[in-house]
Amino acid sequence: MSLHALLRNTTQTLLQRVEEAFDAPFGGASNPLRHLGALGLYLLWIVVGSGLYLYTVLDISIDGVYASINYQSQELWYFGGILRSLHRYASNAFVLVMMLHLLREWAYGRYYGFRFYSWITGVPLIWLVYASGIGGYWIVWDQLAQFSATATTELLDWLPIFSEPAARNFLAPDSINDRFFTMLVFIHIGIPLLLILGLWAHVHRISHVDYLPSRQLMLGTIGTLLLLALIKPALSDAAANLALSPTELRLDWFFLFIHPLADRTSPAIVWSLLIAATALLFVLPFLPHPKTEPVAVVDADNCNGCSRCLADCPYAAISMEAHPKRPGYKIAIVDPDLCASCGICAGSCPSSTPFRRQEQLVTGIDMPQQSVDDLRLQLEARLAQLSGRTKIVVIGCDHGARAQALAAPDTAVISLICTGILPPSFVEYALRGGADGVLLTGCRSGGCEFRLGTRWTTERLSGQREPRLRSKVPPARLQLVFASANDKQTLADALQEFRTRIETQALSADPLQPYFRRTSHHA
Amino acid sequence: MLKPAAAILGQVILYGAFAAFVGYFATSPKYQQIPDDVALIKLSISHLGDRECRKRTPEELQKMPPNMRAPMDCPRERSDINLEVDIDGQPAFRTVMHPTGLYKDGVSTVYKRFEVKAGTHQLAVRMNDNLIKPGFNFVKEAEITLKPAQVMVIDFNPDKGGLFFK
Repeated sequence: MSLHALLRNTTQTLLQRVEEAFDAPFGGASNPLRHLGALGLYLLWIVVGSGLYLYTVLDISIDGVYASINYQSQELWYFGGILRSLHRYASNAFVLVMMLHLLREWAYGRYYGFRFYSWITGVPLIWLVYASGIGGYWIVWDQLAQFSATATTELLDWLPIFSEPAARNFLAPDSINDRFFTMLVFIHIGIPLLLILGLWAHVHRISHVDYLPSRQLMLGTIGTLLLLALIKPALSDAAANLALSPTELRLDWFFLFIHPLADRTSPAIVWSLLIAATALLFVLPFLPHPKTEPVAVVDADNCNGCSRCLADCPYAAISMEAHPKRPGYKIAIVDPDLCASCGICAGSCPSSTPFRRQEQLVTGIDMPQQSVDDLRLQLEARLAQLSGRTKIVVIGCDHGARAQALAAPDTAVISLICTGILPPSFVEYALRGGADGVLLTGCRSGGCEFRLGTRWTTERLSGQREPRLRSKVPPARLQLVFASANDKQTLADALQEFRTRIETQALSADPLQPYFRRTSHHA
Repeated sequence: MLKPAAAILGQVILYGAFAAFVGYFATSPKYQQIPDDVALIKLSISHLGDRECRKRTPEELQKMPPNMRAPMDCPRERSDINLEVDIDGQPAFRTVMHPTGLYKDGVSTVYKRFEVKAGTHQLAVRMNDNLIKPGFNFVKEAEITLKPAQVMVIDFNPDKGGLFFK
């Protein structure tokens, strides 16, 4: 194992443990660590909303800029002051969330293959966030702004991009004029607009994007930021005076850490670090990584163009085109560059039902490495081997709790690429094939390796989404358990509880009509 | 998922930790760029180096088209600029500023920050903007008194008599 892989795996294990600890109070749907992208977007909207208000009250002149912002904090503290504090703290939180998002995606290996585009388009956004944030500090034009403006231009002057040193603009009190702030506001609005455009590109190849986190998480976050704004309002330092060097500064370390770094080292070192870090992020997808799995394959004879796979694909890898054999029909087309090889499309296909009597089950869209036909054969073989009082089929997910450990004479185990690959009719097929119950397990809520596998499976089995599990299937014979790779015991306990429930609650009163494909076919 | 009361308590603790983290690093720890008893001298000069022009002879001018008979023949390239700064009689900075631009016809610039103890200092700046000629054609020497955190600028403006302190 390479050093990079070791580092990544260690970080992933650590993050996974922390995320699971957060599941306890928040639940998967509102766990902030599982929804960092959506939480970041939410924070950005807070920044944009509060920023629009600050823009309307800002007096863009040398004398007015400091006074107008200070007026909001001092005189209108209950409204303008709170919005100013929200603007600052939401920006800080955005940086924190952005960095955690970056760390998490790297640790989970989500930077190559079909995620290449999202990763690459995310890297420039970090620069835009910092350019916007640092520039925002200048608008206040207090001592911190003076320090940051001077330090930033000194840093920029190291690059051979200006014919005259940019730091000359901040030499003396008469060096700047009103137009400086006009330009600054223009930049401070323009860069976030670019950022929003970049974010659109960043999520462009993902379908069903969570643009906002859960209501509970939104309320918790805004409540926390409001409380912080009241307890510790964001205030200006003394007004800028270019004739004096700022002494002790209340530095915002989320955005302005770069200045002390440049002071302690040198602009050359800072630029080298920044360029190296950016280059590393760009190069990361090209480093050796696990081989990609085969992508989904469409069978024209069995695809009727229903578009369910298009609706369910988490990565927008499917498009619909005119069917080559059936005039007036459409056919699914898989983009191999975008396909995550999750198999969720196969689970959504109405042709994936095991009740079809073909000897070889060929469906509309399938995974070569775990076809629906393989799945049916595997299930039939496992059902035939089951013995004991209460026969249970456990269908697991390769990325969730390891189901294979539960295998026993009365427990058949099948592990899938993703729970979402399972067509709901397989549950009925297992029950009518001799199983007393089916336990389906997948990643924890919000922790699906392929984003939507857990969600689609839950909705399909509860009849909220096509293809639905037929209502005649007794709900008591189906158990859903969402458990991560660290939840082995939770899964074992859930299985035991499920078995006891089946045995004690006399579920034999609601048996399904047995169905055996081969005998039924011949009959 | 914890029981509701425990879940709420857990959320309060975690949201509180989040707020404490954001609130603390938004302003702390404090940063001091220069010590309390230090002042800054900023040397910042942006100047076009001189160039050696030659007066055209009447014969040369006669041979030129009437609309192009400029009396002086000046090369496009500018001279490097030699600059020296002494503080309290000690050499503090020595540099040769090169003209910018592909044809070396742009301004020569320098920006440098010196930290000095607040108090009185002897400051001497010498500049030669035409290296064909020896010595320094611009010299400025003065005794300066700086308060703590004061910023003093060394600049150059030919319209203000060359080198000046402000």
